[in-house]
Amino acid sequence: MSENLPALLIVVPLILAPVAALVGRRDLSWAVAAAACWWAFGAALALLRRVQAEGVIRYELGGWAPPIGIEYRVDLASAFVALIVATIGAVTVVYARTSIAQEITEDRAPLFYAAYILCLTGLMGIAITGDVFNVFVFLEISSLSAYALIALGHDRRALTAAYQYLIMGSVGATFIVIGIGLMYVMTGTLNMVDLAERLPAVADNRTIPVAFAFLTVGVTLKLALFPLHLWLPNAYTYAPSAVTAFMASTATKVSVYLLLRFFFTVFGFDFAWVGMELHRVLMPLSVVAILAMSLVAIYQTNVKRLLAFSSVAQIGYMMLGISFGSVLGVTAGILHLFNHALMKGALFMAMGCVMYRVGSVSTDRMAGLGKAMPWTMAAFVLAGLSLIGVPLTVGFVSKWYLVQAALEQGQWAVAGVVMVGSLMALVYIWKVVEVAYFGEPDPDHELREAPLGLLVPTWILVIASFWFGIDATTTAEVATAAAETLLRGLP
Amino acid sequence: MSSLPPFVLFFVGAVLVGFTRGAARKALVLAIPAVGGVMLWVGAGADVAANGAQQYLTLELLGYTLTPFRADKLSLLFGYLFHLAAFLGFVYALHLGDGTPDGSVAGDVGEEDIVGNARAGLQHVAAMLYAGSALGAVFAGDFITLFVFWELLAITSVFLIWARDSERSYATGFRYLIIHVVSGVLLLSGALMLAHETGSVEFGHVGLEGNGWAGWILLVSFGIKAGFPLAHNWITEAYPESTPTGTVFLSAFTTKVAVYALARGFAGAEPLILIGTAMTFFPIFFAVLENDLRRVLGYSMINQIGFMVAGIGIGTAMAVNGAVAHAFADVIFKGLLFMSMGAVMTMTGRTKGTDLGGLYKTMPVTATLCIMGAAAISAFPLFSAFVTKSMIMVAAIEEHHYVVWLFMLFASAGVLEHAGIKIPFFSFFAHDSGIRAKEPPKNMLVAMSIGAVLCVLIGAFPAAFYTLLPFEMDYHPYDLRHVVTQLQLLTFGALGFVTLVRTGVYPDEKRAVHIDAEILYRKLGPWVVKTVGGTVGRADAFVRASVMEFVRSTLGLVARAHGQMGPLARSWPAGSMVLWVALLLSAYLLFYLS
Repeated sequence: MSENLPALLIVVPLILAPVAALVGRRDLSWAVAAAACWWAFGAALALLRRVQAEGVIRYELGGWAPPIGIEYRVDLASAFVALIVATIGAVTVVYARTSIAQEITEDRAPLFYAAYILCLTGLMGIAITGDVFNVFVFLEISSLSAYALIALGHDRRALTAAYQYLIMGSVGATFIVIGIGLMYVMTGTLNMVDLAERLPAVADNRTIPVAFAFLTVGVTLKLALFPLHLWLPNAYTYAPSAVTAFMASTATKVSVYLLLRFFFTVFGFDFAWVGMELHRVLMPLSVVAILAMSLVAIYQTNVKRLLAFSSVAQIGYMMLGISFGSVLGVTAGILHLFNHALMKGALFMAMGCVMYRVGSVSTDRMAGLGKAMPWTMAAFVLAGLSLIGVPLTVGFVSKWYLVQAALEQGQWAVAGVVMVGSLMALVYIWKVVEVAYFGEPDPDHELREAPLGLLVPTWILVIASFWFGIDATTTAEVATAAAETLLRGLP
Repeated sequence: MSSLPPFVLFFVGAVLVGFTRGAARKALVLAIPAVGGVMLWVGAGADVAANGAQQYLTLELLGYTLTPFRADKLSLLFGYLFHLAAFLGFVYALHLGDGTPDGSVAGDVGEEDIVGNARAGLQHVAAMLYAGSALGAVFAGDFITLFVFWELLAITSVFLIWARDSERSYATGFRYLIIHVVSGVLLLSGALMLAHETGSVEFGHVGLEGNGWAGWILLVSFGIKAGFPLAHNWITEAYPESTPTGTVFLSAFTTKVAVYALARGFAGAEPLILIGTAMTFFPIFFAVLENDLRRVLGYSMINQIGFMVAGIGIGTAMAVNGAVAHAFADVIFKGLLFMSMGAVMTMTGRTKGTDLGGLYKTMPVTATLCIMGAAAISAFPLFSAFVTKSMIMVAAIEEHHYVVWLFMLFASAGVLEHAGIKIPFFSFFAHDSGIRAKEPPKNMLVAMSIGAVLCVLIGAFPAAFYTLLPFEMDYHPYDLRHVVTQLQLLTFGALGFVTLVRTGVYPDEKRAVHIDAEILYRKLGPWVVKTVGGTVGRADAFVRASVMEFVRSTLGLVARAHGQMGPLARSWPAGSMVLWVALLLSAYLLFYLS
C-alpha cells in the first residue's frame, strides 16, 4: 500500500468524485467528499514524512518506465505543496457542510462536491507529477472544476466572473501547453528530469526562449501576478464562501509551485535567472503588485473583494522572495505560500460566517458586528494580525525571511517595500475593525453568532496561524530544505 | 519563580480584573503591582545586586536568541518605578465604578466636559495591560521582544483615551495609535537592519556610528515615543483628552519607556544634547499660552523629558544617572500634578484655567498636595527634582557644555513659572470662580499623599535613592553653592510674580489666562514670547499647511488611480485582460530574444 501511496493520493479522490455526484443526496455526497479530503490529508502527510525520511520518491505509473510512461516525482517541495492543498481541502470541507447547505440548492450540492473533489485532485496532481504534459492535464482538471465551483455562487455576477476566469484560465493553460509543446519539439521528451538534462544542449536555439516566454506568461497568469490578476478579484468575490476560502488558499499557491518547478527544475537556475534574467521581470512586477494592490484593497468596501486584492498583493510577496533566486528568498516564498494559505483561508472563512448571518460582506452592513458576532470578528482580527505581520503570527515569519533575503542582496528599497506593504495591510484590516467594533449596529437586525460548523474550521486555521508563527522551526526547515533542493537543480 | 518575567503577572492579572467586580476587583488591582514589586525586589533585584546583570529566560526564534527577561540595574530601576507608578495609579483610580461625583457641580456640562469616570472595568483592564507592557519593554533583552511590547504599549493605552467616550477622544486616540504604530514599524525596521549588520537582535548600546541607517531609524523610533520636537504633539494632544485617572497612567509609562530605551541604546549620542536642550525650552512658550491645565502639564512633560534626553546625550556616568533618576522623580511629581488636576476635573468637570480659581477654600488638601508637586517639579531644595535634575546640569558643566547649561537654567526658571506657579495658582487661587467643589474621594487623596511624601523622601534623603542608580558616582546635591543658586533662581522667579500682583500690574481676573500669563512673561523677558512664539507659530503653520496640501494632492492622485472605480480596481472586460496577456507576451519575447 505505502509503495503505491503517490498514485493512491490521486486515484482515490478521482474515483470518489463521480461517486459524490451519483449518490444524489446532499449529506451523502458531503460524506463522500469529506472521506476523499481526509484521505488526501492523511496520504499527503504520510507522503511528506516518507520524503523527509527517504528522499525523492519516483513512482512509475502503471509500471511504464519514463520517458514513455508517466512518472510521479515527489520531492520536498511537491510533498509540502500537496500537504498544504490537502490540509486546506480537509478543513474547508468541514466548513462547506454548513455554508453550502445555505448557499446551494439540494439538487446541485452533489455536483458541487464532485467538482470540489476534482479540483482538489487536480491541484494535488500538479504538485506531485513529474511529467509536464501530465501537469497540463491536472491543471485543466482543477481549472474546469474551479470554473464550475465559482459559477455556483448565488450572486448572478458569479456567472460572468466564472466566465471571465474560464477565458483567462484557458488562455493561460493554452500558453502553458504551447510552451510544453515547443520544448517537446526540441527535446523529444515530456519527463521533467529528461527535459532538464536535454534542454541545455538546445538552449541556444530560439525556440527555447520562446517556450520560456509562453510559460512565463501562462504561469504568471495562473498565479495572478500583476497585471495578469484581473480575473481574480471578481472570481473570489462572487464565488460561494467555501470556494473562495479553498481557492484563495490553494489555487494560486499551486501555480506558484508550478513556476518554481518549471523555472528551477526544468530550465534550471542558470538558464532562467542568469541567462534569461527572470528576476528583472518578476521583481518589479512583484513590487508593483504589493504596493498598488494593497492600495486598491484600502479603498474597497466589499470585504471579500478587499481580501481578493490583498491576495494579489500577497502573491507579490511570494514572487518577490522567489525573484531573489537565493536560498533565503525561495525559502521566504515557499514559507509565505504556506503561511498565506492559513491566514487568507481563515479571513475568507470569517467573511463566510458574516455572509451566512448578514447576507452581505459590505462594510456598511458590518457596523457593530464585533458585539453581535464576537467569535467571528475575533477570528478576523487575529488572522488580520497575521496579514499585517505581527510577531507570533505566521505573517511575521514570512516577512522576516523576506526582509532578510532582501537585505542579503543589499536591496534596501525592496525591504522598505515589504514594510510599507505591512502598514497598508494594517490600514485595510483596521478599516474592517473600525466598522465592526466602533460602528453603531443597525437596531432592526437581530444578529446571532455564526454556527459552530463554520466557526470551528475558521478557528482551526486561526490557531494554526499562531501555532506555526510561534513554532516556525518545522515549516522553516521544510521550506529551507525544499528551496535548497530546487536551487540545486536535478542530481 | 524568579525567572517569570514581571509582565506575566500583570497580563494574568488583567484577565482576572476583567472578570471581577466590586471589592474583589479593588483588592486585585492593588495587590498585583504590590506583589509584583516585592517579587521583583526580593527576586531579580537581590540577585542582580549580588551577581550582576542576569538573563533569566531565553527563547529561540528563527535562529535568533530572544531574552524576554533581562535584568540589570538600569532595567530594575525602571521596573521598580513602573510597579510603584502602577500602584499609585490604581489607588488613585480605585473609586471608578463606585458612582462618585462626575463633574456634576459644574452644571452645564458640554462635550469637552465629559469627565469619563464611567467604564471602570475597561479602564482597569487597559491600565493593567499597559503597565505590564511597560514592564515587558524595560526587561526586554532583544529588539523583537521590545518591538512586541512597544506596540502593545500603544494598543493598550489607547483605550484609556477612548474611555473618555467623546467624539474628540475617539479621533485623538486614533491619531495617537497611528503615531505609535509608525514608531513601532520604524523600531522593527531599524532592528532588522541592525540584525543584518551584527547578526544579533540583542538590545544593547546602539549608537549612531558604524551601523549605517539602523541607528538613526531606531533613534527616530525612540524619539517619537519620547516626544522629540515635531514628534511631540501626541503628548499634548492625547493626555488632556484622556480620563482623569487615565492620564495618570499615560504620563507614567510611554515616555519613560522611551527614555529607558534611549539610555540603553544611545547614551553619549551627541545629537541628543541638542534635541534635549531644545525640548527643555520650546514647550515653555506653548505652556504659558495654554489654557487647558492638563495640556500645560503635557508641555511641562516634554520639558522635563528634555532634561533627561540631554543627560543621556552627555553620556557620562553622572549624566545618565541624572537622566534616569530624573525620570524616576518625574513619574512621581508629574503623576502628582496630573492627579491633582484630575481631582479638580473629577469634582468640577473643568480643567481650563479661565473656568477655575478659588478652589483652595473648599479643596485645601488637594491644593496643598498640588503645591507640593509644584515645588518638586520646580526643584525646591528638599524636593525630588532638586537632587535629580542637578546631576544633569552638573554633568553639563563638567563636560563644558556651557551654552546647554545656560539654556537649561533658563528652562528651569520656565518650569517654575508654567508648572510651579501657573498650575496651582490658576486652579486653586487667582479669581474666585464661584465653584465650591468638595475634596475628591479618599483614595485620590491617599494616592496624592503617597506621591507627595515620596517627592519629599527622595529630595530629603537622596543617598538611599542614589544606590539604586545604574552607575557608580560620587555626588552630593546639598552643597552650599547648589542650594544657594537654586534658591536664588526660585526666589527671583517667585519675586517677579509677587511684585506684579502687589503693584497691581497683575491684570483683571477675567482675562486671567490668555493675557495675564503673557503680560507676566513680558515683564520677565520682554517680547520673547511674542516674537519667538509668533515666528515659531507662523513657521509651524506654514510647514503644516504645505505638508497638508502636498499630502492632500498626493492622496487625491492615489485615490483616482486606486479608488473603487480607478483603473487599477475596476472590473475589466475579458477582452482587455487578453490584451494585457498579448502585451506581456510581446514584452517577454522582446526581452528574452534580444
